[in-house]
Amino acid sequence: MTLDKFLVVAAALFCCGLYTVMTRRNAVAVLMGVELILNAANINFVAFSHFLSRVMGGQIFAVFVIVLAAAEAAVALAIFLRLFATTGTVEVDTADQLKG
Amino acid sequence: MNGPSDFIFYAAAALTVGSAILVATLPNIIYAAVALLFAFAGVAGLYVFLSADFLAATQVLVYVGGILVLILFAVFLSNRLADVKISNPGHFHLPAAAVCLVLFGVLSYTAVSTPFAVKTAVYLPTTADIGEMLMTRYLLPFEVASVLLLAALIGAALLSRPERGTPEKADMEEGRG
Repeated sequence: MTLDKFLVVAAALFCCGLYTVMTRRNAVAVLMGVELILNAANINFVAFSHFLSRVMGGQIFAVFVIVLAAAEAAVALAIFLRLFATTGTVEVDTADQLKG
Repeated sequence: MNGPSDFIFYAAAALTVGSAILVATLPNIIYAAVALLFAFAGVAGLYVFLSADFLAATQVLVYVGGILVLILFAVFLSNRLADVKISNPGHFHLPAAAVCLVLFGVLSYTAVSTPFAVKTAVYLPTTADIGEMLMTRYLLPFEVASVLLLAALIGAALLSRPERGTPEKADMEEGRG
């Protein structure tokens, strides 16, 4: 268990999340990809904090990221439900009412 | 550290990455949500190896217990149960896969080839320290985060509440009934 192993795992997680965000049409699935990306960033924060420093700033930062992810998920899902009530679907490429 | 702990580390890493790949590729979004559960659990296992016990518990409580339930609610509420079109094909598969593979190569090459000044790792309980730092050095971000959570809560409740009083909305709701 060295630092680079954790970084490689986080990179794989990030790339899976990025692939999910880029390929999915369903907005809820896109949100799942965002959560994967946030988890990858969290692993990096905690791994760097654990291996490179004695203070726990990385873990504190990860706590705040988790808080923000929870808030973001709640607001995003409320928006999705409103989108579904308006258009009858949550596919991201059908939500183009603001397109000029 | 050798032996069983290494094995458990590789198991947690494989669980995380494998579940993340399933999240990215499974066509059925409910299966993807279940795979996301295992990915979050694997990340919690990785936190244990980074001596982040508080974060591991928080990960299980907030992600597995909270966010995943929210996502499942959204999946079930945002699909008409009559026409089960839950699995739909994505788009841009090939370019997205190319970009992600190249990015993964670059990131992992950078991670492996960079000489980090690694200190000897210590494994100590962190919950008391995190609590103390949240109340002293990181008090302002803590308070800002609490206000943000309150705002997000009110905003989510306001957004998801059905509008009453506007006649066109009432007509739409009756028509959908």
